[in-house]
Parts: sequence; C-alpha cells; structure tokens
Amino acid sequence: MKKKCINRLALAFPALSVNEGLARGLVGYFASLPDPTVEELADVRCAVSEAVTNAIVHGYGGGDGTVYISAWLYSDRTLKIEVRDRGCGIADVEEARLPLFTTDRSGERSGMGFAVMEAFTDKVRVFSQLGKGTRVVLYKRLKDTENE
Amino acid sequence: MSQTKERQGRLRVTAVGTVLRAQIAGEIDHHSAKALREELDRQIYLHRPHELVLELSGVAFMDSSGLGLIIGRLVTAKEVGAVMTLTGADARTRKIFEMAGLERMRGLTLEGAEEKRKNV
Repeated sequence: MKKKCINRLALAFPALSVNEGLARGLVGYFASLPDPTVEELADVRCAVSEAVTNAIVHGYGGGDGTVYISAWLYSDRTLKIEVRDRGCGIADVEEARLPLFTTDRSGERSGMGFAVMEAFTDKVRVFSQLGKGTRVVLYKRLKDTENE
Repeated sequence: MSQTKERQGRLRVTAVGTVLRAQIAGEIDHHSAKALREELDRQIYLHRPHELVLELSGVAFMDSSGLGLIIGRLVTAKEVGAVMTLTGADARTRKIFEMAGLERMRGLTLEGAEEKRKNV
C-alpha cells in the first residue's frame, strides 16, 4: 500500500537564536502525536535543533532572515522534516557534512551538527545553492506502537 | 528574555579549594550557550582552579552547541592550567561526546564511562 501523508505542519519564524527552542518544541510536539518512544522524540528534537541552528548561524550568519520548517507524518510512521533558509548557501555540501568541519573561527562551534543529525535520524538530505539558501531534509521512521 | 529563562541553561558554580564545580541545568543549545560560556569563563578566570568539574545531570537537552561549549571551556581551563572533568552526562549526551572523540582529548576526564560500556 502506498504511504500517504496523515499530518502536516508548516512554520516560518525569524532567524533568532531564541527560536531554536521554539522550533524543537513545536516540531517535537508534532512528532509526539503518533506516540513515539521517548528516545525517538529526543532524537527528533536534537536533529531539528541542529538544522535550525545551522540555518541561523551559518545560513543567515546571525543576521536577518526567515527560517521555514515543513513537516509531514506518513501512514507508515515516517516523519519527514524540512528545514529551509534563504541564506548564503553551502559551497561544498559534502565537506560541510564531515564531522568536525566548521567555518566558524571562534572555537565555540563543534562542527558536529550534520553528524548529530545523521546519528539521530534515518536519512539526511542536503540541497544547497550559493547565494540562494539551504534545504535540509530529515527522515525518521518511528517504531510501530505495540497496541496497534 | 526573562520569560524563557527557566527553560534555558542555568548555572550554579561553587569553588572548593582548587576545584571549581559548575552544575549546568536546563537546555543547552546555541542560544543558551552564550550566557553559559560567558559566566563559566568569568568564573574560571576569577578562581583559576586546578580542576574544573562540569556537572551535567540536570541537563534536559543538549545538542552539538553544548559540545562546542564544553570544548571551548576545555580551552579556557587549559589557559589557567586546569584539567576538566565531565560528570552526570546521560546516554544521549555521551553519544554526542563519543562522536566528537571527546574521551580522547587531553586534560579531559569523562566520568561514568565505565558504567556506559556495561550498558551498551
């Protein structure tokens, strides 16, 4: 049977660091509706936090902009979460995804954002165009609930 | 942003002899890391301890920005000649530490690592 979308969320908010908590809170609530495990929910919250932080810190470089999130829940319990910015884009996506890679010079960024997203989801896809922005798509298949 | 303060990272610092113990609680993300970083650095330079202990058992959420915060404080600790110990990290936080190879960093001790090996 072809999977179908059974729930949908769309968010747009300014690229302010205070909204990192807002984003993982709202997407976390959306992800909690199909009754995931505590572990799965924490995975989703962490991966979303990473993607949104990247959009704010790197996409918009701490400046003005809007972060867009779309999320879908499918009938096979797959969550698809897209975090998009219209910021500077990434010159080399493969390089950016490497653990410990960061363009930051302050010594306060670990360069582990993509690695964490990959560790806590099933699949991460990154689409980026210099000067146009970046779109990160996270996929997470939730385990079947026992009482179904 | 006082209305969000409760959910953000909180810090309690106590200095006993040459040990500076910092208990971090709440959520550590890029947003909350800034205030935590400034206060921790201020305390480290003020007390110039031999050992900095970061107690993480009250941390409700942490992402790689928290990792950046910790690695950055290891650098500050080294500047004043201190070693650093991390205690109380939950399984998820330790997984992030492990991914970044934190346990192999010099001057840093991860407590609770043995217990974790048994569990996984």
